[in-house]
Amino acid sequence: MKCRQCQQSAVIKMERHNTSLCRGCFNLYVHDQVERAITEEKMFDRAESVLVAVSGGKDSLALWDVLIKLGYRTAGLHLNLGINDYSQISQEKVEAFAESRGTELIVHAYQEAYGLGVIEIAEETARPACSACGTMKRYHFNRIAMERGFPVVATGHNLDDEASRLLGNVLQWQEEYLEKQSPVLSDEGGTWARKVKPLFRLAEREAAAYAVLNRIDYIVDECPMSKGAKMLVYKDVLNRLEETSPGTKHRFYLGFLKRPRALPSGPKELHLHPCQSCGQPTPGEVCGFCRLMQRVAR
Amino acid sequence: MIPSMKIKLYHPPREIILKGPKQVAVLLRELNLAKEAHLVICGEELVTEDRVILDDQVVEIRPVISGGGG
Ligand SMILES: [Zn+2]
Ligand SMILES: [Zn+2]
Repeated sequence: MKCRQCQQSAVIKMERHNTSLCRGCFNLYVHDQVERAITEEKMFDRAESVLVAVSGGKDSLALWDVLIKLGYRTAGLHLNLGINDYSQISQEKVEAFAESRGTELIVHAYQEAYGLGVIEIAEETARPACSACGTMKRYHFNRIAMERGFPVVATGHNLDDEASRLLGNVLQWQEEYLEKQSPVLSDEGGTWARKVKPLFRLAEREAAAYAVLNRIDYIVDECPMSKGAKMLVYKDVLNRLEETSPGTKHRFYLGFLKRPRALPSGPKELHLHPCQSCGQPTPGEVCGFCRLMQRVAR
Repeated sequence: MIPSMKIKLYHPPREIILKGPKQVAVLLRELNLAKEAHLVICGEELVTEDRVILDDQVVEIRPVISGGGG
């Protein structure tokens, strides 16, 4: 198979674009898609410092690599979840990447900070592991970004992540989640760090191919807690549709973004004030993370 | 020894031996693996679905789907 652009030997065929590309042309394609996502969605500019949430997986490391190559100002943030070998290997991959690129990396380890890993915290509070983990991640991304002076947090969510989440939200008619499902979440006038997803135009397979082609050493193993997670079922369904009808995921998610969103019934003003325990903004008296940790302490 | 291709698979991690030559698209179909959810790596190289894998070659079929945001 030949590259559509330059006739060299192709390394990837992308049915949804009806094209095949060589390594060099594919890298250009990925860089273009990310740059386009950043500028069209007004995510950030080259004067702003971006905190990249890096798990050690393909998506976040590919994202960090692309942002560095495109000349953005970045630092990495790795949360060590304290899930034995899996977390240790993940941290090693992230550290090796940061060192090879000579970039700043912030590591926050739950075990050191709280004496417990995410699995124990979930068990102590009787929360499903992925839900407790999500609460903790969102909290730390925001708090560490604000404390360290990063106006923006970037995560490696790709097209498959967003399309499968949209499918889940539509199937359950989770309307308040639909409103929030955007590649950019505002900082609400500096209350939060802005949350952005610069890979939302790239299929998961493309993000993985980018990591492989650029010799990025990432953790291939799945988080041991996510086996059988619902998102994986939705992704599988969407990929089956994609095989019979290439472009389905793109049309589904980008079509959703183009549509005017229905306004929520009645104005839903969120009054935020500082959490009594940690000072982070919250609509309640104590934020979700501190409530979780209070239950652990009991 | 009979010449054969070595295929490295995940979930669970294992290796299988198949008789070559075989085209990547055929290999994926026979193993019932979705093209959109896998990369095929031959040696160090990413290969497209029309590539024919020969006996004595080592191939990794790497899943690309994960829980999200990784
Ligand atoms: Zn080319
Ligand atoms: Zn708090």
